[in-house]
Amino acid sequence: MVDLSVDLGFLKLRNPVLAASGTFGYGLEFEPFMDLNSIGGFVVKGLYFGPREGNPPPRLVETAGGLINAIGLQGVGVEQFAEEILPRLRKYQTAIFVNVCGASDEEYIRAIEYLNRYEGIAAYELNISCPNVEKNGACPALNSGHTFSLVKLAKQASRLPIIAKLSPNVTDIVEIAKAAEEGGADGISLINTILAMAVDIETQRPKLTNIFGGLSGPAIKPIALRMVYQVVSAVKIPVIGMGGIMTGSDALEFLIVGAKAVEVGTANFIDPAATLRIVGEIEDFCRRNDVKKIAGLVGTLKV
Amino acid sequence: MTKDPAARIVLKQEWGNYFLFGVESPALAGEAKPGQFLMVRVSDHIDPLLRRPLSIHARERNTLEIFFKIAGRGTALLARKKEEDRLDILGPLGAGFRLDAGLKGKAVFVVGGGRGIAPLYFLARELRTAGARVKVLYGGKSLPDLPLKQKFEKAGLDVACSTDDGSSGFHGLVTGLLQNETNKQNPAALFVCGPDPMMKKTAEIAAREKIPAQFSLESMMGCGFGACWGCVKRIRKGDDGAWRKICEDGPVFSGDEIVWEEEG
Repeated sequence: MVDLSVDLGFLKLRNPVLAASGTFGYGLEFEPFMDLNSIGGFVVKGLYFGPREGNPPPRLVETAGGLINAIGLQGVGVEQFAEEILPRLRKYQTAIFVNVCGASDEEYIRAIEYLNRYEGIAAYELNISCPNVEKNGACPALNSGHTFSLVKLAKQASRLPIIAKLSPNVTDIVEIAKAAEEGGADGISLINTILAMAVDIETQRPKLTNIFGGLSGPAIKPIALRMVYQVVSAVKIPVIGMGGIMTGSDALEFLIVGAKAVEVGTANFIDPAATLRIVGEIEDFCRRNDVKKIAGLVGTLKV
Repeated sequence: MTKDPAARIVLKQEWGNYFLFGVESPALAGEAKPGQFLMVRVSDHIDPLLRRPLSIHARERNTLEIFFKIAGRGTALLARKKEEDRLDILGPLGAGFRLDAGLKGKAVFVVGGGRGIAPLYFLARELRTAGARVKVLYGGKSLPDLPLKQKFEKAGLDVACSTDDGSSGFHGLVTGLLQNETNKQNPAALFVCGPDPMMKKTAEIAAREKIPAQFSLESMMGCGFGACWGCVKRIRKGDDGAWRKICEDGPVFSGDEIVWEEEG
């Protein structure tokens, strides 16, 4: 029997595999394919205070081993989520994280204050890193000062733990991670997508209406892994790693470099039960290698 | 909706760049309705990464058929599969066509352009089973782009064809053929699938003639089941139109729901 549980300090998870925000809808979309209780948890699609229209299509481009998206965080607002969707998620004994967005610092806080009134949310993942909502991929996580101040405000407003989701589109990820830690974040998740583009040579136009989008999928895994390694070496708060995880061995790489848990993103589109499969593949690895507790494998990288 | 990781290819037919596969999958075939689609993996590896959305072309007991034209790298890879190969398929997905009970005894037109004919064979046969008098209008650039003409005829369906170059049937676009047909007699309903300009023109004819019309839209899709929000189109549902998901809210919409894009 392998003990797959992990402890984020503020929260214990059944296993280290979470589904990443923006790739798992509001969770309900995956009910036909898997038992949501079989994974460590999931992060629901980013929520602004109010509903969001999102970007005009085309919103997706497939690239070599990857996917560029410019959805623009279309979705319901906190009210519809809390009143209509959350009640249907409460029956699950799995950790439900809400990815919180804002067009301004005030909007993040309004969303958090609204959601504070509802039961059934394990933590907020503060989405300070979406590249698709402001011009040129601008977002708070590109700046350590803004990361610090916004995390601090969110932490003051929140009755739940705050996980800051960081952007890879920076020169020094460690500086931003430290700013999030100093701002009071209970945890860090990274990486969000990598700012990217693609061109149609026939029309000489960008393939995305938004011009830029965020690259995800297996193409970005080595970059994500490097950044997670850099961050776990620099902060004391738990780190959740993500970026291109398709298999159990991908997830294990992130755990070995020191992530306490992982988020699985783009893989959910191709295989809606990817998270469940990855839990199984991690368990198989542990059995084969006589690993009794997955937590014991975290941060065991030998350098 | 389910996933069959190993649906066996039991039939393969090809006509130039057009391909038809029959895949045996009781789990998928059992629930299938006309207008629904499948998400098919074209590679076992990470490139191409995404599944490809393909309409359900026909259902025969435990078998579903897909019909497609090579349109890029994904469909080119798929076209290389052989009988006895296995396909990893999600489906059936989407809401499909609405078959109104009031169509019994009524004339209906099924209008397909190019590879857009794919979902209309399944639909035409179901419409006939429901008692409608079905006429199929099938258009393509040239005779080789009408590979399914005989299949419709063999099924005993009334088919009229059009080709842009006049090599078969009506000389012109399928929308011209439709205009001719509606000049003779308006059907009780239109069911349409084809390239966007053809569907937009058909929607104009339907609106002018006040014929209820349903359109099966095509889009690149990230997931096919509502999780990625990548395949949106502006659709009215008692509002002025919002970005709604083709995969989940459609792929079939009525003409008055679709906000057709201005030609750029």
